Amino acid sequence: MSSESIHHGQQGVAAASSHDLHEEHHHHHGEESFISKYVFSQDHKMIAKQFLITGMIWAIIGGLFSVIFRLQLGYPEMTFPFLEDIFGKWAVGGRISNEFYYALVTMHGTILVFFVLTAGLSGTFANFLIPLQIGARDMASPFLNMLSYWFFFLASVIMFSSLFIQTGPAAGGWTIYPPLSALGQASEGSKLGMDFWLVSMAMFIVSSLLGGLNYISTILNMRTKGMTMTRMPLTIWAIFFTAVLGVLSFPVLLSGAILLLFDRNLGTSFYLSEIVVKGEILPNEGGSAILFQHLFWFLGHPEVYIILMPALGMVSEVMSVNSRKPIFGYLAMVGSLFAIAILAFLVWAHHMFVTGLNPFLGAFFVLLTLLIAVPSAIKVFNWLTTLWRGNLRFTPAMLFAIGFVSLFISGGLTGIFLGNSTLDIHLHDTYFVVAHFHIVMGVASFFGMFAGVYHWFPKMYGRYMNNTMAYIHFWVTLVGAYLIFWPMHYAGLAGMPRRYTDYSNWHSFNMFADMNRFISTVAMIVFAVQLLFVFNFFYSIWKGRKVTTKNPWGSNTLEWTTPIRPGHGNWPGEIPEVHRWPYDYGKDGRDYISQIEPIGEGESHH
Amino acid sequence: MSGYFILAILALAFLVTFQIAKASEYVSVLKGEEKTFQQNNRINAFLFIVFLVLGLIGAWWCNDLFFKKTLLAHPAASDHGEKIDKMLWLTLGVTGLVFFLTQILLFWFAFKYQYTEKRKAYYFAHSNKLELIWTVVPAIFLTLLVGLGLFYWFKITGDAPKDAQLVEITGKQFNWMMRYPGKDGVFGRKNYRLTDASNGNALGVDWEDGSSHDDLESTEMHLVVNKPVQLVINAQDVIHDVGLPHFRMKMDAVPGIPTTLWFTPKYTTAKMKEITGDKDFVYEIACDQMCGSGHYSMKGLIIVETQEEYDKWIATQKPQYLTVKAAQTEASPKVVADTLKTTAVPASAKPIAQNTQH
Repeated sequence: MSSESIHHGQQGVAAASSHDLHEEHHHHHGEESFISKYVFSQDHKMIAKQFLITGMIWAIIGGLFSVIFRLQLGYPEMTFPFLEDIFGKWAVGGRISNEFYYALVTMHGTILVFFVLTAGLSGTFANFLIPLQIGARDMASPFLNMLSYWFFFLASVIMFSSLFIQTGPAAGGWTIYPPLSALGQASEGSKLGMDFWLVSMAMFIVSSLLGGLNYISTILNMRTKGMTMTRMPLTIWAIFFTAVLGVLSFPVLLSGAILLLFDRNLGTSFYLSEIVVKGEILPNEGGSAILFQHLFWFLGHPEVYIILMPALGMVSEVMSVNSRKPIFGYLAMVGSLFAIAILAFLVWAHHMFVTGLNPFLGAFFVLLTLLIAVPSAIKVFNWLTTLWRGNLRFTPAMLFAIGFVSLFISGGLTGIFLGNSTLDIHLHDTYFVVAHFHIVMGVASFFGMFAGVYHWFPKMYGRYMNNTMAYIHFWVTLVGAYLIFWPMHYAGLAGMPRRYTDYSNWHSFNMFADMNRFISTVAMIVFAVQLLFVFNFFYSIWKGRKVTTKNPWGSNTLEWTTPIRPGHGNWPGEIPEVHRWPYDYGKDGRDYISQIEPIGEGESHH
Repeated sequence: MSGYFILAILALAFLVTFQIAKASEYVSVLKGEEKTFQQNNRINAFLFIVFLVLGLIGAWWCNDLFFKKTLLAHPAASDHGEKIDKMLWLTLGVTGLVFFLTQILLFWFAFKYQYTEKRKAYYFAHSNKLELIWTVVPAIFLTLLVGLGLFYWFKITGDAPKDAQLVEITGKQFNWMMRYPGKDGVFGRKNYRLTDASNGNALGVDWEDGSSHDDLESTEMHLVVNKPVQLVINAQDVIHDVGLPHFRMKMDAVPGIPTTLWFTPKYTTAKMKEITGDKDFVYEIACDQMCGSGHYSMKGLIIVETQEEYDKWIATQKPQYLTVKAAQTEASPKVVADTLKTTAVPASAKPIAQNTQH
């Protein structure tokens, strides 16, 4: 441990104790106001809950959108009059219009990728776990942290309003490739809705940067005494790398978005060249539509790891706690996270193998992309070894952690197909891609998030969630995820393109109608079960079984040394000192040894 | 009405689930938490094994159901496609092995090492040897896949043979337009500002360039079997993508940046009808890049035929230049090529209907 971090640790403790006095003083004179406690809160735990609940609302909206467009895909010949009642001109005669279909697909992607799995996942668990697990009173800057949430809220409001404008929200796919997204003439969704999308995303990026800088500086500077970097739980390592990825890559998307705003509104030609749209000849020359794709995927690819990595960390933590066994290969786990974080920046052009990219350049991206399979394989085998000869407790969190590993394997392996440019020529933009990223990035990350919510719910609200509902939630979601996405691989191998409203006019692709109907039906059931989870969540906040011990899971990490319902500042007294790594489970015949327990005299070395 | 009915059923299902969930919580308090935990643990461990077994059966069943609908059930229709299929099978083999190995281990471990009071978890924090093994072994397999993948990649993306037939394909919302270079084998120069669909110049060809005078335009693509073809790919408005599933080829069409791809079709359309046993078989061009509200309907047709059939077809085609000129002289004899004004026309204009023989 460096002398610097000891210094910081002590400073933290000193500052904290004076803070405590202040806190007590404050409490003497009455409760915090509703506004400062629940709305403009600077307590990292409250901000985490704000992110989580906002994320859940978005998840319901985004999930509902997928159910609506799956109605069209599954039952193309049927009409649903209730859709016209709700959506009016977007669903005349109970049939979803093409524009509406593409708007739904676009918003489903945007909402789930950014608002749910980035803000809802990172925002929740980075905020909640960093101070609690490294032993800090709060974030480095609670005020910036609060701003981070409110910029996210602002981004949400703008994106939500775009659903109600006359020409509809953005409809060019969540990747918003220009020229389609740049030209209002080319698509209804590229009119005002696209400007809303870009402005909302700009606000979102501000939120993400404020959050990310805070996470990094908190982790680097505010660890308690004895909490060296290699004694941090893997959750914190994962969140740390996630934040670094976000801080380095989101600004690139911002630049891409701003140039697109210029092209749309100020007559510039960054992405536009030699265009004739609906017979109208545009003056723009010399831009490159491909430039945008480079800027987009320079964020876009790290983004999928921004989504996935917190899940990797939380699954490692939950799995170790509930196997009553140390995580296998802690350093290899950190190393593989690091390798994934580095490689995440070097593989973006594998999304662009068929754009006319120089094949020689493509070769490097093939190599670097497939390299990611090595750290991923290390992680999978380490998890398997963690389970091996453990004593597994199937808490709902543990179930989701195991489910996560299964999905991570399934979705990860198909990445080996798509990262290989030779196969990508054939599989690019087919349902194979849809299946791949939904499993590995979508559902797997959701599983990580569910594992996190079930595991830390007692810490968040001092109550447990209902187990029976949690078990139903897990099993239906796991089975459903495979039933939905497994068959899609076959459609992909038939060359069936994504983002088609209707396949019935295609001789090459119309043989999957039965499959589509089946998938749509399962999707609706799985969506309903997610509502059960949401219900369980809110019900348990007020009515759940109460937590009666500080450390219900028998866990080593610091958050379980705080009171059952910690106040702002987390520990009533001094922040405990850390003496060991967080994974001493089953050591020397003891079930678990908390990080705050000093190394014993005769204790064995691991 | 049925909508409300479904909603009512859903609400009822929720209520029942919720009541059962609540009751089970009370029961667990009565029975003792430890006992309930052990019981639940056994059930979930058992379910993991059930999931594994049913999952494997399901995977087999799904394969049985859908494999014959994939393209892998029939030979690829191009030489590149054969390479891609080989690569695909190899990757399937390697990843399939890993898939079954790891999934079976995962769920088997979950079942086998479920909690019992008797067992103490084994403190096993790391092992350099094991970690080295599962770093090196995947790395070796990946080197194989990368090496072979790149070998094929460079073959597929390498230069087209000199004798390759040239065809230009241009995408616009929401159809494809083809151009053949004619007898001179050279495409006439284009300038997008000359695009004028209503006057027969949907592609923006510069008629001043003499080599444009024998260029043929068509809505269908005719190719000769076993003769390499190079496609020159353009887009007018937004990014499209020439997707050729049966040939396993794909390339974006980007406004302002022409791209190319080449392949050698191996079977005529007629032969493919035999191979697939599907008398309605057609080679379809599918747009594979989201291009707007009509994206799903942006279809093109390719007809692969013998040299004789192709020659017969091409003989019936009339150069677009002659069609345009004839129309102009008819309309107003005095006006010449500079009337190709850059005025907007409705998208519904059917620019090349004149020379379509179908």
